[in-house]
Amino acid sequence: MDTLKVSLLTGRTVNQGKWKELGKLSREYMESVAVCEMDPQDMRRVGLREGRNVKVTTRFGSVVVKAVKSKRGPHPGKVFIPYGPWSNIVVDPETDGTGMPSLKGVEATVEPTEEPIMSLEKILMRCYGGRSLGGEERTDA
Amino acid sequence: MRKVSAVVCPVCGCCCDDIEVIVDGNTIVDVVNACALGASKFLNYNKHRQRRPMVRKGGRLVETSLEEAVRRSAEILVEASYPILYGWSSTSCEAIRVGLELAEEVGGVIDNTSTICHGPSVLAVQDVGLSGCTLGQIRHRADLIIYWGCNPWSAHPRHMERYTALTEGRFQRSLWRRLILRFYTDSMRKKMLRVAELSLIKRLLDRIKAGRAEEASYTLRREERKVVVVDVRRTRTADLADYFLRVEPGKDYEVLQALRALIRDEELDVDEVGGIPVESLEELADLMIGCRLGIIFFGVGLTMSEGKIRNIDAAISLTRDLNRYTKFLIMPMRGHFNVTGANIVSTWQTGYPYAVDFSQGYPRYNPGETSVVDILLRGDSDAALVIASDPVATFPRAAVKSLVENPLIVITPDVTPTSLMADVVLPSTFVGIETAGTTYRMDHVPLPLKGVVEPPEGCLPDEELLKMILREVRAIKGEAAASTALVKA
Repeated sequence: MDTLKVSLLTGRTVNQGKWKELGKLSREYMESVAVCEMDPQDMRRVGLREGRNVKVTTRFGSVVVKAVKSKRGPHPGKVFIPYGPWSNIVVDPETDGTGMPSLKGVEATVEPTEEPIMSLEKILMRCYGGRSLGGEERTDA
Repeated sequence: MRKVSAVVCPVCGCCCDDIEVIVDGNTIVDVVNACALGASKFLNYNKHRQRRPMVRKGGRLVETSLEEAVRRSAEILVEASYPILYGWSSTSCEAIRVGLELAEEVGGVIDNTSTICHGPSVLAVQDVGLSGCTLGQIRHRADLIIYWGCNPWSAHPRHMERYTALTEGRFQRSLWRRLILRFYTDSMRKKMLRVAELSLIKRLLDRIKAGRAEEASYTLRREERKVVVVDVRRTRTADLADYFLRVEPGKDYEVLQALRALIRDEELDVDEVGGIPVESLEELADLMIGCRLGIIFFGVGLTMSEGKIRNIDAAISLTRDLNRYTKFLIMPMRGHFNVTGANIVSTWQTGYPYAVDFSQGYPRYNPGETSVVDILLRGDSDAALVIASDPVATFPRAAVKSLVENPLIVITPDVTPTSLMADVVLPSTFVGIETAGTTYRMDHVPLPLKGVVEPPEGCLPDEELLKMILREVRAIKGEAAASTALVKA
């Protein structure tokens, strides 16, 4: 399978903003931020179909998210992941002495993958020390 | 059922103050005038609630009494030699004031979310100043609105409707009619193109395509306000704009400086800058000089990409240059509803807007050194208090790893990734829904947040919880001082 060099952008979306207010442990939040918007031509180039999993790798880590076609292309060579725990794994923490990490324009590669998308609980367990989680349960009532 | 009017929305920096909340008993059943983000918060805030204090025992978070949670929080902060107190942008100015007192008492670093939002903008403003204004002036008078590196349609959904292009100002008309006409025309053209393709009428097809090319050229009527969007990708906001310029990622600085040169009537010896043809930049420069009142709203597209502080420096300098020819203003699109308030309260209390270090006993400020992400990346802190924020979901991985390695206190009204990783969790109330307070809109206008419903039993306001921790910290330090004096005696 092919890999493609891209520039990774992160940012806000309406759905990310809407579902974070419902709760970051909700399925809706995960579905709104564990996605990667790609140019349709780029998707064809690496053999990706809408809704399939894509592995985004930078020199800071790699994360598996769902590939979706960008509705406002063409923007070849640029991919977009909404802010969230999934994009945090691959962004550049370097602040260049300003206090601000580099969350946009990070060099990355994308490739199709069969690996599953990590749930938020798994990210917390695997990436951040594996503490046992014991918060209060979410009630949808 | 009762209706609470003129509620200020506690979501983004727009702080819309025309929200109507319909309350049945103590439950919000409907909300009027809010955007998707505001409505989602008012209708869902209670579905993921942190209702009881918790402490981590044997590796698991277990319920505890409020007194024990406050005592444990105070012990962590007193024992730490370099604690960080982070968050503050989604709480009231009153709570932030107590937080600053606590930071001074424990000798820690207090930083707010502007550190990963508009921190570089604050630094640039300190370097070169700012031509600022209130949003009311823009609503009534601005005839050129430029959104640079921001997407208000997604992050500040009512910004255009209330303050800029889509509002009916006293001296400027709304763009609604023109936009509807444009969408209608586009839709008709697409339908005709489809029909022509299906019926293979080549002549008609060519004419429609030619029409589209003409449409793409830039023609605007003088009497109406114009919207320009400059961004690295086409967004929903760009769809509404009269003119969209796509800049290459990390090339904003070059484009801003090229515009400064063009405004001074200098020739550029290149065909394009940052992916934008020079002819397009010349058109934009003409538009800027020709407007009566223009404004640049800039977002984190400038602060988070290559150049950071220098991008903002260039944008403000461009605004300053433009004021030789016309009236031009600039404003950052602040994210959280009280991030501006966090900067303001911190400034009037300490002299500095964020990243304030009290470890020497007096306030020190050196972003890049005393900013929370840098402290975490260096591994300097040995405890943290997080309030009204969720850094585990917003910080880069390396910073989060460092944050959760040390004792972590979280004051939060809801269950978040950060509260799940905490050692002590204190349940608080939602400011602006359950607790009243003061917030600052993105243009530095203070607004009163209302409490429209009662909080659940056991959840206390941020201000109250911080005061309890502060009292406990002082009590522990008093006990320690008394025992030291006794030993000496």
